[in-house]
Amino acid sequence: MYETTYHKAGSVSEAASLMANADDGKFLGGGQTLLPTMKQRLAAPSDLVDVTKIADMKGISANGDGVTIGAATTHFEVSTSDLVKQKLPGLASLAGGIGDPAVRHMGTIGGSIANNDPAADYPAALVALGATVVTSKRELAAEDFFTGMFETALDEDEIVVAVKFPGAAASAYAKYPNPASRYAMAGVFVAKGSDGSVKVAVTGAGQNGVFRMSDMETALAGNFSPDAVAGIAPDANDLLSDIHGSAAYRANLVTVMAKRAVQKA
Amino acid sequence: MAVEGIGARALRKEDKRFITGKGKYTDDMTMPGMGYAAFVRSPHAHAKVKGIDASAALEMPGVDAVLTGDQLVGNGIGNLICGWMIHSKDGSPMKMGGWRALEPEIVRHVGQAVAVVVADTQAQARDAADAVVVDYEELPAVIDPLAALEAGAPQIHPEAEGNLIYDWEIGDEAATNAAFEKAAHVTRMEIHNNRLVPNAMEPRAALAGYDAAEEHYTLYTTSQNPHVARLVLSAFYNVAPENKLRVIAPDVGGGFGSKIYIYPEEMVCLWASKRVGRPIKWVSDRTEAFLTDAHGRDHRSEAELALDADNKILGLRVKTVANLGAYMSLFSSSVPTYLYATLLSGQYDIPAIHANVKTVYTNTTPVDAYRGAGRPEATYLLERIMETAAREVGLSPAEFRRKNFIRSFPHQTPVIMCYDAGDYDATLDAALKAADYDGFAARKAEAASRGKLRGIGLSCYIEACGIAPSAAVGSLGAGVGLWESAEVRVNPVGSIEVLTGSHSHGQGHETTFAQLISERFGLDTNAVSIVHGDTDKVQFGMGTYGSRSGAVGMSAIVKALDKVEAKAKKIAAHLMEASEGDIQIEGGELKVAGTDKKLTFTEVALAAYTAHNLPEGMEPGLKEGAFYDPTNFTFPAGTYVCEVEVDPDTGKTEVVNFVAADDFGNIINPMIVEGQVHGGITQGIGQALLENASYDENGQLLTASYMDYCMPRADDVPSYNLSTHVTACPGNPLGMKGCGEAGAIGSPPAVINAITDAIGDNNLSMPASPEKVWALYHAGLKQAAE
Repeated sequence: MYETTYHKAGSVSEAASLMANADDGKFLGGGQTLLPTMKQRLAAPSDLVDVTKIADMKGISANGDGVTIGAATTHFEVSTSDLVKQKLPGLASLAGGIGDPAVRHMGTIGGSIANNDPAADYPAALVALGATVVTSKRELAAEDFFTGMFETALDEDEIVVAVKFPGAAASAYAKYPNPASRYAMAGVFVAKGSDGSVKVAVTGAGQNGVFRMSDMETALAGNFSPDAVAGIAPDANDLLSDIHGSAAYRANLVTVMAKRAVQKA
Repeated sequence: MAVEGIGARALRKEDKRFITGKGKYTDDMTMPGMGYAAFVRSPHAHAKVKGIDASAALEMPGVDAVLTGDQLVGNGIGNLICGWMIHSKDGSPMKMGGWRALEPEIVRHVGQAVAVVVADTQAQARDAADAVVVDYEELPAVIDPLAALEAGAPQIHPEAEGNLIYDWEIGDEAATNAAFEKAAHVTRMEIHNNRLVPNAMEPRAALAGYDAAEEHYTLYTTSQNPHVARLVLSAFYNVAPENKLRVIAPDVGGGFGSKIYIYPEEMVCLWASKRVGRPIKWVSDRTEAFLTDAHGRDHRSEAELALDADNKILGLRVKTVANLGAYMSLFSSSVPTYLYATLLSGQYDIPAIHANVKTVYTNTTPVDAYRGAGRPEATYLLERIMETAAREVGLSPAEFRRKNFIRSFPHQTPVIMCYDAGDYDATLDAALKAADYDGFAARKAEAASRGKLRGIGLSCYIEACGIAPSAAVGSLGAGVGLWESAEVRVNPVGSIEVLTGSHSHGQGHETTFAQLISERFGLDTNAVSIVHGDTDKVQFGMGTYGSRSGAVGMSAIVKALDKVEAKAKKIAAHLMEASEGDIQIEGGELKVAGTDKKLTFTEVALAAYTAHNLPEGMEPGLKEGAFYDPTNFTFPAGTYVCEVEVDPDTGKTEVVNFVAADDFGNIINPMIVEGQVHGGITQGIGQALLENASYDENGQLLTASYMDYCMPRADDVPSYNLSTHVTACPGNPLGMKGCGEAGAIGSPPAVINAITDAIGDNNLSMPASPEKVWALYHAGLKQAAE
């Protein structure tokens, strides 16, 4: 790791001003991606501004039918929250399957979505559930927030403060993990809104990060059963291909995981 | 603690310090004023080093020195060597290219060191290493071993034309060809043994210090064989004379072969400690470990098995290309030859075998022995083709193997080895029973009702351990003898220190060796201490690898104990005025048979050291040493049965049952043996399903971290069903064979045989990734539909 200066921000505004004063700063969430990257000397921020100790950014609260989750809330807290388990069981189960116990006790929802790893789990949930990302500057629909692989709509000095999830009639997530990293090779989140509409979002497989499967959504709106999506796969030309799985294999995994998610929902 | 002798499931004496974090590893050691080394490594697989500019690095805080290969060579430091001479079938010696610890001219694999920075702290050293500017001119690289042998491939070493190191053969080619001519059935396969990265939990490390007044060096290092390290460092690398170099391998966190060898980094630290004038520590990070620890396996083979009309084996013909990487590591030449092809007869009576092995340089990390070393490659090849042949001729794989078992011993194979003892029917029977082999069809049907494809696979392995009879290996090209030494020091109060040339880096020697003494003299195991891993304490030893510490290391201890016992009996007989032949040792006492006269072991020990009343002419003291040179290898063998379920939708394989029936000869501590088998099978399942060192065409290692290199985890393996059957080894005093590598040797073919059975397609290579399995299964379905 290269030398860096650590700052603990006490408020969102303090975090923003610390970042403004930094030469080449980075916001630090749970550090489960950034710190290993720094240890491998692949990133060398001059300053780290830790936002996980900001009281306003922590905790889970009811929000009508849905829930609002502070950005500094850990995956463990989301996965074990009675509120989340009751209102959005798919989200709780997704959080409980991220990484390993050490990652889940350190990693945060805000850090995960701000990084927007194309194989991260949360983006699929945010998109399928139609979540709103609350930042230090504005509110963004999840689909407008995630703009590409490791890319988001965030400005350099903009901080994710919370994520607002609306309620859902049913939600479930199924992923096929990369055997080595346990990141998703294909993760499919299926959400059925209280109005009966269905959204299906896929992570881990797309070249540009999370994407929706509109064919599956249409099919499931008419017939919410695994069979409805059994014959639907994404175009392999748009999918990732690497030593762990070709695009064609990932296309198959998307179909299989979609079936399993619908089964669970 | 109490008397815990041979056969006791004694808890490990060393575990208290390991599980409480009190182990003392090389990185825990310090020397006053020590600095840290960081290496400047090539980002290219093959490139000319045109210049090294260290000026910026030398200006950085805390930096003492930046040293390069020119300075190393200028100080007369020798090349790294391979210590086993192999001759090609035309009689010419192997073609070894030069390997410098810091390369001044041409780098040949990604990660090869070209310079070292020494600084006050590790962070300063690493920052400065980044600031060393190396001017490279890239050269074309070759990664694939078959491509490296093709005309026009990039030439890696001037000494090895066409990248061919040797073209070696074993067995009678004419007799083997004749066997194939009269065959009723021939099974042919291409078999690839995938490249693995050892991944010991503790990465390599070194702490080197030079005492200018004494002109003496000390090296703490992560070694499986510190005496061999000292010998090679002094005799070949010219770093220091042997009497001026102390090598200490303290607690070492796993080796699996990768810590046998002498690597550039440890040697550079030793050299630089004198040149820079301060002790130097280096600890490999995990990426460096992936790039520079010797890899394992990487064979491409063609195999043919000839059967007669009665399905008896007539002959085996094998052609193998083995990838040795960019340089010949210490024992690399022996792995694909005498540790591989000599085991191709397996458990079977095969009249004729011929194997041709070509080894080749490529622009990849050097390859050397890794848990099993050649024997896993032989077992995988043979047990894959045995299973395949059985399926082709329509015999049960178990019965086909049984039909061809060797049943009389000693048995001379056509490939050098002479098996001394075994009972292959016994381990096959035990495994089939434990696996309920006959009930498989019902389990397969039940799995099918759940949408799963269930398969079962066998592997009847044999291996050669107890490495090795010195004269025999000498005649085959080894540069050293492979005996072991021991010294037993009885203290005046009757406690005992055993100094051994074996080295424990996870094997539990402090416990098992103490059990041997406890058994012999009836002493509490706490009264016995095992001393190892320090060239200043133990006079000499050959170290631990090849499952040799029991069969060879403990045999040396037995020889020394024989001498101690003889002297103790003489003293006791003298003191009790009895005949020496009437003295019996029992429960910590020396008794005169048929009387109530006795002395405790402590009283006899004390008498030996007070020397007030010893037999006429006897020297005081009670301390004896011995060297033991085995007369043959030992031959552990057994049967493994693997049962899997494949998810046809994803291709993911779950190992649902794994049975191992092993014959390790006599066993000292069954708990430790089971631990060895658990670890070995898990490594074998890792090779079969998960692990693979994958390079891109430019020689970049794509799997250089745990994000991409998949190690087996607890949830990847089932609880194992283990049993042992004993045929005592007649070749050593304890009747032991060895158990350290069997699991890794026997398991990969059982797993692949099970998956190919499940999916009905035999064209599966390791690792059986979900995608490969899924693609094969669905291609088969498609073909069946057409």
